[in-house]
Amino acid sequence: MNVKVNRRSFIQVSSLVSGGLVLGFSWGSCTRPEEVIVMPKEWFDLNGFLKIGDNGLVTIMSPNPEIGQNVKTAMPMIIAEELDVDWKNVIVEQAPLNTDLFNRQVAGGSQSIRQGWTSLRTTGATAKQMLINAAAQKWEVEASTLKAEKGFVINSAGEKLGYGELASIASGMEVPTSESVKLKDPKDFTLIGTNVSNVDIDKIITGKPLFGIDTKKEGMVYASVLRPPSFGNSLKSVNDAEARQVTGVSDVVQFGDKVAVIASNSWAAMKGKKALKAEWENGETEDTAFHDEEMMTLLNTKTDKPKREEGNVEKGFAEADEVIERIYEAPFLPHNCLEPMNFYADVRSDKVELLGPIQTPAGTRKQVADLLERPEDEVSVDMTRMGGGFGRRLYGDFALEAAEISDKIKKPVQVLFTREDDMTAGTYRPASKYKFKAGIKDGRMTSYHLVGVGYDMWGNCTRHDNFPGGAVDNYLVESHTPHTNITTGAWRAPITNFLAFAEQAFLDEVAEKCEKDPVEFRLELFEKAKSNPAGKVEYDVDKSIGVIKLAAEKSNWGKSQDGVYQGFSTYYSHNTYVAEVAEVVLENGSPKVQKVTCAIDCGIVVNPLGALNQVEGGVVDGIGHAMYADFSFENGRANHENFNTFRLIRNPEAPKVETHFVESYNDPTGLGEPTLPPAGGAIANAFAKAGKERMYKQPFIQAKGLIG
Amino acid sequence: MATYTINVNGKKREVDADPDTPLLWVLRDHLGLVGTKYGCGVASCGACTIHLDGSAVRSCSVPVGAIENQKITSIEGLSEKGDHPVQLAWKEHDVPQCGYCQAGQIMSASALLKKNANPTDDEIMGAMAGNICRCGTYNRINAAIKTAVKNS
Ligand code: FES
Ligand code: FES
Repeated sequence: MNVKVNRRSFIQVSSLVSGGLVLGFSWGSCTRPEEVIVMPKEWFDLNGFLKIGDNGLVTIMSPNPEIGQNVKTAMPMIIAEELDVDWKNVIVEQAPLNTDLFNRQVAGGSQSIRQGWTSLRTTGATAKQMLINAAAQKWEVEASTLKAEKGFVINSAGEKLGYGELASIASGMEVPTSESVKLKDPKDFTLIGTNVSNVDIDKIITGKPLFGIDTKKEGMVYASVLRPPSFGNSLKSVNDAEARQVTGVSDVVQFGDKVAVIASNSWAAMKGKKALKAEWENGETEDTAFHDEEMMTLLNTKTDKPKREEGNVEKGFAEADEVIERIYEAPFLPHNCLEPMNFYADVRSDKVELLGPIQTPAGTRKQVADLLERPEDEVSVDMTRMGGGFGRRLYGDFALEAAEISDKIKKPVQVLFTREDDMTAGTYRPASKYKFKAGIKDGRMTSYHLVGVGYDMWGNCTRHDNFPGGAVDNYLVESHTPHTNITTGAWRAPITNFLAFAEQAFLDEVAEKCEKDPVEFRLELFEKAKSNPAGKVEYDVDKSIGVIKLAAEKSNWGKSQDGVYQGFSTYYSHNTYVAEVAEVVLENGSPKVQKVTCAIDCGIVVNPLGALNQVEGGVVDGIGHAMYADFSFENGRANHENFNTFRLIRNPEAPKVETHFVESYNDPTGLGEPTLPPAGGAIANAFAKAGKERMYKQPFIQAKGLIG
Repeated sequence: MATYTINVNGKKREVDADPDTPLLWVLRDHLGLVGTKYGCGVASCGACTIHLDGSAVRSCSVPVGAIENQKITSIEGLSEKGDHPVQLAWKEHDVPQCGYCQAGQIMSASALLKKNANPTDDEIMGAMAGNICRCGTYNRINAAIKTAVKNS
C-alpha cells in the first residue's frame, strides 16, 4: 500500500501546529464560502495526477503552466469528469515539473487542452477504475457490475462506497492499462461544458501571494540587472561607486555584458541600477529604417524555393481582367505581460532551485543545468501563476540570469525586470511585411501571389497551406526570413497575429473589385476548395463555412443600422476556426469599434466561462495591437520603454464581444490564440466601409485621416 | 533612511526606508503585502492602485516620505473576508484571466463606487481607463462593476 505523508497532509499538520486551525477552505471555486471542507487525515496517491483523501476530497494536479489561459481550471476539470467526482470536492494544485509523469508541460501554441485531452481523460478514468476495482474487492463482486457517480462506487443493489473509503485499497492496486479503461461518451459529460470559475479566484481577488513576483524566501535578495541599452552594444566599463551608496544595496556583480545590483528590496535594487554609470561599446546596431528598406527589397526578390506553388500565377496575371497588388506592414512588438519578467533562483552545492513564471519549465531546467554545468536532476524548476505570457515566457533568459547571479553571490535571489527592462530587452514579435497580388477574371480571383518577409521567423513567415490555398487555381507563396540582431520570438498567435489581418484586409479589396459581398466572396472560394480544389486543402472547409455563416447570421451581416459599419474577417489557427464581424460607428468623424461578433469552432468547450474570457481577450488584444502598437528602433534602441508612451488598449476602447461557439462533440482545439488573428482585419474592413482609407500598416492609429 | 509610522489596513506599521521609496515597495517588500502589484512604476498601468483616505492612487508614485496620517488601504484590507461587493461581483463574473491586474482594477472600481454609487457606463469606463488589463478582460470588469452597483 502506498501510504505516506505527502505535501498536502504536511501543510495541514504544520498549519495546525502553527495554531491556525485549518478547516474552512474554499479552494474549489464552486465551493461557496459557507461550505466548509474538512481536510482529510490521510491522502492516498493514485497516480502522479491525483490524490484522494480518506474523506473523499480529491487533489488534482494541473500539469501545465498557467498564464491566464485558465488551464489550471480546465485541465483538472477533464480529469474530474472521467473520475466522476463532485467538483466541489476537488482541490487543484499546480504540479511540479516532472517529465517522466507529465507530457509536454508547456504553455504554448494553444495546445495544453488539445494535446492533454486524451491523457487527462485516461488519467481520470484509470483512477476511477482503480476505485471500482477496490470496491469490487471489498464487496467480493465483479467490477463490471459496479458503476461510479459523484465520488461514490455503487453496486447493483444501490449500495454506495465513497471514494474516501476506497482510496487506501485503490492506491495499492495494480494500475489498469490505458487500453482497458473506458472513456465516457462526450454526450454523457456532466462537468465538461459547465461553467466553472477560476480555481485561483479567491486568491486573486484578495491579493494573496500567487505570482512569481510575490516570491519571498528566507535569505532572499533582489537583483536589478543593467543590460545593454541597444541591441548590438557591449559593455565597456562600469562605475558602481554611486550604486553601492544606495541604502539597501549589498553588492554589484558583472556577468557578460550585464551588471546586477543586489539589494535587500526591489526598490533599492532598481535605484542602485539607475545609479550605475556604464560605458558601452557600439557594435553593429540596426534601425527601423534599415529594416524597412531591407524588407522592401526582399518583397521584390524571388525566393529560390516557393513555400507552395500551383498553376502559373504570372500567366494568371497576364490573362486577368484586373490585377491588384497591396503591401502590408507591421513593426516589432514587445509582449508587455503585465507582470514583468522575474525569477527566483537558489544555487547551492547540493541542488539548484528555481521558481517563477515560465511557459517552458523543462527547457529552462535543461538550459540552467547546461549553464551551471550541473546534472539536470540537481535542478528543479517550479511554476507560479503567471501575470501573462503571450509567448514571452517561452524564453527563460530571466531564469538563466537568476541562476547565474545566485551562483555568483551564493545567495537565493530574485531577478526582477523593471517595465523598462521588460520593454527594451524583450524577444519581440518580428517585424514583417507582406505583398499580395491577385488576378481577377470574370469576377473571380484566379491568381494569388503572396510574398512575405519577417525577421527570424523560423524559416517561414507565411502559412502557405492555410486558406486560400486550394481555392485559387494559380497560387504562389514565398517567404523570406532575414536575420536581425534584435531578439525575436513567438508572440501570441505567431505569424498569424499580423498575416491574418493583411490577408483578410486584402481579400476585402479583391471582393470589392469582384463586386461581391465580402462574405459571399469568401464562401465562394471555400466552395471551390471543396468542390473543385486547385491543390491540397489542409483546412476543414465545412468548419470554415460553418463559422462564417454563424458569424454572419448572429451579427445580422449586411443589415446593420444606419451609421453602423460592419467588417468581416475569418481565420483558422491553432486548429480552431474563427469568424468575426466588427461594428464601427463614427464619433466626431473618428471610428469607434463598438462590438465584435465572434463565431468559433474549437470542438468541445471544456469550460464555457473560461472559454468566453479567452475569446474576449483575444479579440481585444488583436484590436488593441492593430490600433495602437507603435514600436521602432534607432541605433538598436527601442523607441518606447514604458506605458506612459507605449499605448495599450484601455477599458473605454474595448468593444463588446459577443461570442457564439459552434456546438460540437469533436475533441477540443486551441483557444488562447485563435480569436486574435482575425480581429485586425475585421476592424480594418469596417473602417473602409465607414468611408475611411484602407489600412495597410500597423498601428492603424497613425493612418492618415483615420482620426477626425 | 528614516522610520515611518504609517496606517495600513487599519493598523499602525513601522517601516525603515528611504523617503523616496514608493509606497508600492513598502507594501510589497517591507510589509509583505504583495497583493498590490508592480506593472510600470510610472503611474500608467494601475496595477499598484490602493486607497489613500478612500481615494484611488497609484502607489508606485507615492513616496513613503510624503505620507502623513492618511489611511492606506491595500487589496488585503479592502474587506475582512474578501466579500466587498466589488470582490463578490468579480467572483460572480469570473473576471480574471491571468489575474495580475485585478487587484488594481478592484481597488479602482471600489474607489469609484464609494464616490459615485450609481455611475453611468461612461463614468465607469472613465474611472477604469487608468487600469490596463493586458489580457483584455474589460467587458467583464464593466459588467462586474454594474453587478456591484446593484448589490451594494
Ligand atoms: S505600477 Fe503603478 S501605475 Fe503601474
Ligand atoms: S487579467 Fe491579465 S492583465 Fe488583467
